[in-house]
Amino acid sequence: MKLEARIAKHLPESDDSAGFALDVEFSASPGITVLFGPSGAGKTLTLDLIAGFARPDSGRILLNDVLLFDAAAKVFLKPQDRDCGYVSQRDSLFPHMTLRQNLAFAAERRPRLERHRRVQEMIDRFHLADVAGRRPASVSGGQRQRCSIARTLLTGPKALLLDEPATGLDANLRAELFQILLELRKELEIPLLYVTHDLDEAVMLGNRMLVYEAGKIVQAAEPQMVLSRPANAKVAQMLGHANILEAEILALDPGRDTSRLRVSLGGGPMGELRGPYLPGHLIGDRVRLVLRADELRVHGSGGENRLPAVLEKTVERARMTEFRFAGDLVVLASRGERDFRNWFVEFPPEGLRVLGAT
Amino acid sequence: MTSFTFPLLLSLKIAAISTVFSVVAGLWLAWVLANRAFPGKEFLDAVVTLPLVFPPTVLGYYLLVLLSKNSALGRVYESVFGVPLVFTWQAAVVAATIHAIPLLVKSARAGFEQTDPVFERAARSMGANEWRIFWRVTLPLARRAVVAAGVIAFARSLGDFGATLMIAGDIPFRTQTAAIAIYDAVESNNTRLAAALTLVLSGVTLLIAYTANRIEHRRAR
Repeated sequence: MKLEARIAKHLPESDDSAGFALDVEFSASPGITVLFGPSGAGKTLTLDLIAGFARPDSGRILLNDVLLFDAAAKVFLKPQDRDCGYVSQRDSLFPHMTLRQNLAFAAERRPRLERHRRVQEMIDRFHLADVAGRRPASVSGGQRQRCSIARTLLTGPKALLLDEPATGLDANLRAELFQILLELRKELEIPLLYVTHDLDEAVMLGNRMLVYEAGKIVQAAEPQMVLSRPANAKVAQMLGHANILEAEILALDPGRDTSRLRVSLGGGPMGELRGPYLPGHLIGDRVRLVLRADELRVHGSGGENRLPAVLEKTVERARMTEFRFAGDLVVLASRGERDFRNWFVEFPPEGLRVLGAT
Repeated sequence: MTSFTFPLLLSLKIAAISTVFSVVAGLWLAWVLANRAFPGKEFLDAVVTLPLVFPPTVLGYYLLVLLSKNSALGRVYESVFGVPLVFTWQAAVVAATIHAIPLLVKSARAGFEQTDPVFERAARSMGANEWRIFWRVTLPLARRAVVAAGVIAFARSLGDFGATLMIAGDIPFRTQTAAIAIYDAVESNNTRLAAALTLVLSGVTLLIAYTANRIEHRRAR
């Protein structure tokens, strides 16, 4: 089971939109492929084009051996014939039917005898027995979400398209949804495409991650790989609290897997840091380092791999404190007694990564 | 049958039949206008609206020309049913239907267009064909607008005067509807008959509108 897509679509400029061009190519194997990126990057449009709700300008979409779309061969299957399950961001359970009727609607293409059994199976599996006779408006958000997924599964999809299904759910319901998705990931032998702009969701659920930026896929890799080696500064920024630092390589020692780097914090005083060996670079090269805010540490005194910094302000967050230093350097650290006169930021060598390296 | 009951029953019969016709035609037209993009769509929309803005006599004259014994449509009708269409109660049904369709289309189209497309998309991705989606999803979701449209169509048909008079005439005990009978009664100074017919017609209309509202509110809960 595999989904292969190469699609381009141009949305012309109009009074209420600035115009947009989508041009992506990717393939998705069984498991969850996360489409990650900011709003308006083309993630949802990609799902719509795969589901058949809109027609791409060019390219082709192949699901297993079935051609869903091919611009050159003028193939465009209707959404009805694509076997793509679709769970939308907004609740799409039919409001005028009970949950059981909603499920039965999805099962109507199955033989009559099997239909009833399959609906009952889903009701049991997704713990909907108590509320199956009620309409969506009178059941909880979690039950609606479970019913939406059950309804989609009843059609026996060959790919599952999920458009930000966790939007609008509280923390408990999100956890429950993620549990269901992780179970499905294990048991379904089909590709699941999951659209989100939430990094935690992407890392938790994704076997693979496609990073979207302005209608293009700028990085395609495992989530951990994207986290540790963002392809460019934009991706690093999307990952949140990423610091970008200009550095010059002073020394390289492949034997001890180290390097010496001269950096400056936002035009401030220069300092020297010990980093990991940087393969493919030469002494004297200028590189850009990406530093995750939660991997840096703050101290009240100097030391190994610490540089002085000027604290501008602190922001209290739920579990961490955000320290903002001059030169746009951000550090996330746990709370504690931190009333230093002089501030030093520690850069652990393993946290110094060269931007764009893979 | 008296000159009191005959026009009333005839009016109810014409209104009932023309409501069925206009609902069928109107829903189809409304769905096409709401869901399909094709060249000339706005022109079709304008043509559908015409009966609403024409003076009833103009509409009646058009129908008379279109359906008279010498017209193509009139000849087809006569060869099928053996009698001419004009100046029969069936002609009144045609007039009432044509008059009711625009109201129905306007209201039902608005209803269809207000329905969140997310439901139809979900149904499509589940493999449901367009016919099933219409009956099981679109129509039930737009039922308030459709029922309201049906009630308006019935009331409109019940009260049609000008176009009916033009094409069906004013033949007592054959084509004289309640609305026309009231006019006749006033003309011949029979104010008691006019008042009685007016009262009953008002009562019936009020009852229908009230019942439809009640049914809708009970379902919505």
